[in-house]
This record gives sequence, structure tokens and C-alpha cells, in this order.
Amino acid sequence: MAVLKAHKISKYFYEPEKFQVLKEVDLSVDKGQFLALVGKSGCGKSTLMYVLSTMDTQYNGELEIAGTRLTDKHQNFLAGFRNKHIGFVFQFHYLLPEFTVLQNVMLPALKLGSKSKEEIEAKALEKLNILGMQEHARKMSSKLSGGQQQRVAIARALINDPDIIMGDEPTGNLDTYNSDLVFDIFSELTHTYKQTIIAVTHDESFAKRSDRVVEMSDGKIIHG
Amino acid sequence: MTSLKLSVQIAWVHLVTKPKQTLIAMLGVTFGIGMFIAMVSMMTGLNDLTESLAMTSSPDIRIYHDVTTERKSIAEELNLNGITKVHHQKPKNESLKVRGAVKIAEQIRKHPLVKGASVLLNSQVFYNYGPVQLNGTIAGVDILEEDKLFDLKSKMKEGQIENLITNQDGILMGTGLAKKLSVRTGDRVVITTPQGFTKTLKIVGLFQMGIGAVDNVKSYANLGMVQTILEKEKSYITDVNVKLYDFKQAKAVAPEFQQAFGYKSEDWETANATMLLGVIIRNILTYSVAITLLIVAGFGIYNILSITIHNKMKDIAILKAMGFAGKDVKQIFMVQSLVIGFFGSLLGLLIGFVLSLLISRAPFDGGDFLSIEYLPVNFSSTYYMIGIVFGIVTTALAGYLPSRKAANIDPIEILRG
Repeated sequence: MAVLKAHKISKYFYEPEKFQVLKEVDLSVDKGQFLALVGKSGCGKSTLMYVLSTMDTQYNGELEIAGTRLTDKHQNFLAGFRNKHIGFVFQFHYLLPEFTVLQNVMLPALKLGSKSKEEIEAKALEKLNILGMQEHARKMSSKLSGGQQQRVAIARALINDPDIIMGDEPTGNLDTYNSDLVFDIFSELTHTYKQTIIAVTHDESFAKRSDRVVEMSDGKIIHG
Repeated sequence: MTSLKLSVQIAWVHLVTKPKQTLIAMLGVTFGIGMFIAMVSMMTGLNDLTESLAMTSSPDIRIYHDVTTERKSIAEELNLNGITKVHHQKPKNESLKVRGAVKIAEQIRKHPLVKGASVLLNSQVFYNYGPVQLNGTIAGVDILEEDKLFDLKSKMKEGQIENLITNQDGILMGTGLAKKLSVRTGDRVVITTPQGFTKTLKIVGLFQMGIGAVDNVKSYANLGMVQTILEKEKSYITDVNVKLYDFKQAKAVAPEFQQAFGYKSEDWETANATMLLGVIIRNILTYSVAITLLIVAGFGIYNILSITIHNKMKDIAILKAMGFAGKDVKQIFMVQSLVIGFFGSLLGLLIGFVLSLLISRAPFDGGDFLSIEYLPVNFSSTYYMIGIVFGIVTTALAGYLPSRKAANIDPIEILRG
């Protein structure tokens, strides 16, 4: 069953001159799939992921996630949708430095507001436990190492039980040890919890170990 | 948990993790509001004092015979059909007497807005005591009527007003004048009228209105005695003084009396125009300085929030990726500026109050002009209300533009790196 369906996605950049970065891309992702989006720099893989993430709305074509059509929806609706259905993991982990680890993980759930604070806290600790970070819960997020921060970011992405986790070079800034760790976590999430993951990556070893590799070139999918 | 509550929490964390920055932004507002309160309190205190002194020392309405009023010349009266112009007309040699003054006073007392009316006789005189000779005025009054209008009893520094009734040749003298003459109660002074009539009078009391323009020149005496030294008849009266229930209506009522009795009718605002002009100028100064201070504080807040937002671009992008809408982000920064504005203003009110308190305790010699020992300060709560409202409104405005910028930040631009 497809959790994400993209049909004929096209996108242009207008600066410095008009350039078609995505050329009628079709993509369908099944639930529980661990998909790696690869390709050379400038092939449009990051751009595609940001269109799929609903943050970039300047495109032509159709996008549907978890049965909801997201094309031409208002920014505020999309923000709410991301909150509930999509979790993000970025290259530079991007935790909020003034907050503790636990607060960082809790934030998206507090924003969603469907549970009490106590329930959210228990759930955040549970997610941190999955990632082996429970002991650091009360520390300030800025006190953690890069690999630790990335694991907290994954816990944060998981807090609202999203339909899809999207990663933009999630291991791009990590050493081999931490890269492997993050990969193992992603593998476990897909195989144990049936979590759908889409990750843009340069890391070949990372791509090889995923369920499905989608390779892009010049704004088109050439493989997968 | 509501979205606003979460925004407030995030804003709060931002504020407390950068205490120095928050404090500096707050102090900008505090200083502005504090100075506003201190200045307004002092200025309005001074204004109120000036106004109340102007009020107590002069009647609400004074009716007198104004000999300098423009009148028709004989040439105009005779040459009705022609064009006649008389330049630089000399005042007619007229008596200052207000005819039927006692009757006028009686009629005025029947007016519904009038609290009281008294008749008096004013004249220029010289006061002589030993070698000292001073120019001044003497007012012949029915002292009990005068007391009803001006509450003279409370203004007496020495002696009592009743002394004037028992002592036909007594006078009540202004403290400033007595000091200049170096006389005390019980001393005898010689007064000389413009017509050259001389009489020795006994000082039976000293009064102080608190305003140099009165205390340094004026004395009260019995009406009959003043009529005698001026060699005038028993009906010779120069002024009718009127006190209203509400002094603010003087300007409206005065022309009515002028119309009815045919004599110049002057309200207290016109009589004290120069003094009241000072009030207006002080108000303009106070408000322009205060508003400038607050605008400067506003720019400070704008600046600090702009920098904060610039430094938090990444955080804003991540919040938006996690599902915070533009309006949530705007809320976070608006809450920050409002917290700065509210606590800054509150602290400003406190500092303003302390400053006002210090000013009101500072010894101040009003000199010959005003008899005050401390600077007058107004502690009216109105200005504290204005202060906090203005402080919050300015910070809200100063916070709005940077907040809107934060709301419109495109997260992809930042996340792409």
C-alpha cells in the first residue's frame, strides 16, 4: 500500500536563469519502505524531497500522502499536516539549543496537542529509550556530541508516530561509527515498527543497505 | 495544551537563556517610562500648584471699570455720515468707580453658578516705614465677605482677620511686603495715596497667599477707611469679585456679566494668562521629551528582536519543518516583545514613582515668587496608566515588524544550507 504518491512533479528555478530542476517525476512509496534517494550534486534529489515534505509548494503536479491530497493547500494546513504525518531528520541535527533533550523531543507533540503533558513526556522518554538516549534526557541539547544530537533528532521525528520520516543527508555530518548507528536505527524502525523512511544521501554504503534505492539524474528518476 | 501556551513557553525560554540581552531591552523601556513618570509628575505637580495659586489669589471673575476701553470719539459722534478716524486716542479722564456696585453684587449672588460676590476698593499706595518707602496696593474690603471668597482665615500667618473689624485703622499685610519693610504685627506704617493723603495704620495681621505677585505688594484694610484716605464718598467701589462653584466656567460666564452690567468682566484665566502660558509650554515639553524617550526605547527593542530573529533563523526553520505555522512563530516573538514591554514598563513605573518621591522630598526654595519648601509632585494614577499603556503599545509595535519577518522566513532556504 502506497503511503506517498507523487505524480508528474515538475519544478523550475528562476534564479539566476530559468532552469527545470524536476522533470515530471513519478514516485510511489509503500508503507514500511526504507528508501534512499541518491544522485549527483544538482540532480534535484534534495529539491524533490522538499517538495515531498510539503515545505516547498512551488511545483506542478500532484502530491498525496497518507490518502490526503496536498497540492494547492494553504501553508498553515501544510504546517499542521507536517506536524502530524511527517518527521524530519536533517544533516546538521538542528536541535533547539536552549532546550533540554527531553523538551526538544516533546515539542512537536506539544504543538500537536492531542495528549496531556505527562503522556507526551512518557512517550518522549520511550522514544529516547529506543535510541539509547534516555540517560541524557535532562541535559541541555547543546551539551551533546554530534552523533548523540542526531539520535535525539530521530527521537523527535518519531514523537508523533508519523507516516513518513524524511531525512536530508541524515548521516552526512557523522563519522562511520555514528553513521552505522543511525543506519541501524533506521533499519530497526522499518523492520520492527514498519516505519516508512525517505532519505536523501551521498553515502553509498548507506544507500546500499536500504530497501530501495532511487537514483536521480538531471531532474529525472533513472533507476528504481 | 493550546498553541499559545506553547508559544509563550518557547518565548520564555528564549528570554531567560539570554538574560543580558533581555535585560538591556527591558532597561530601554524602563528608562523611557521611568523618566516619563518622573517628568510628568513633577511638571503636572508644578502646573497644578501654579493653577491653584492663580485661583486662590484672584477671583474667578473680576468686574471693574476699564478706562482704557476703546470708545467713540466726539468727532465720530458728530460726523455720522462721513468717514472719521481718530488715531491714538487718549483715555478719557473718568472715575474708576463702578456705579451701583453693591446692587450689582446682590444681583450676581442670585446667579445659579455663583458661590459668592464681594465689593472692594483697590488703590495704589506708598508704604513708608522709617526710611523705607515701597510701592504697593491696598484693598478696602468687608473682611468677612472676602473671607467667604478666598478663605483668608487659612492664609493668616499672624493675627486674625477679626482684628480688622475691631480696629478701624488696622491693616492685614502680605508677608512679603512686611519682610521688605521689616515690620511686624503691632508696628505702625504710614501710607500715602497717589493724591498725597497720608495716614498711619497699625498692622494687625500678616497673610500669605503663597504667590509673590500678591504677598509682596498687597494689604487688606476696611472699606470705609480706604474710602476716607482716598477722599471718596461711601459708594465709591472699584471692583466686584465673583467666586463660582466651578471655576472652570468662569470664561463662559464672564461675558454674561459684562453684557448685563456694562463693566469690564475679566475671568481668572485671562487675568493670569502669562502664568497659564507657562503651564502649556511645560506640558508640551514634558510630552515631547517623554515620547522621544519611548520612541528611542522602541527602536532599541526593534533592534534587539531583529538580531534575535537573525540568530534564530535555523531554529525558526526547524520549528516550521516540525509543523509550527507562520503565525505560531510570529506569536513566539510577539510574546517576547510584550514580556519585555510589560515588565520593562512595570519596572519603569516603579522607578518613576521612586524618582517622583525623591523629587517631592528635595528641598526647594521658591524665592519671592512662590512660597514652597519642596518641589510639588503630582502622584495621580492617570499618568501611571498612560505610562504602562504607552510602554506596551510601543513595544508591541517595535516587536511586530521583526516578528512578521520571522513568520515569513522560508525554511527550505535555511535547511538547504
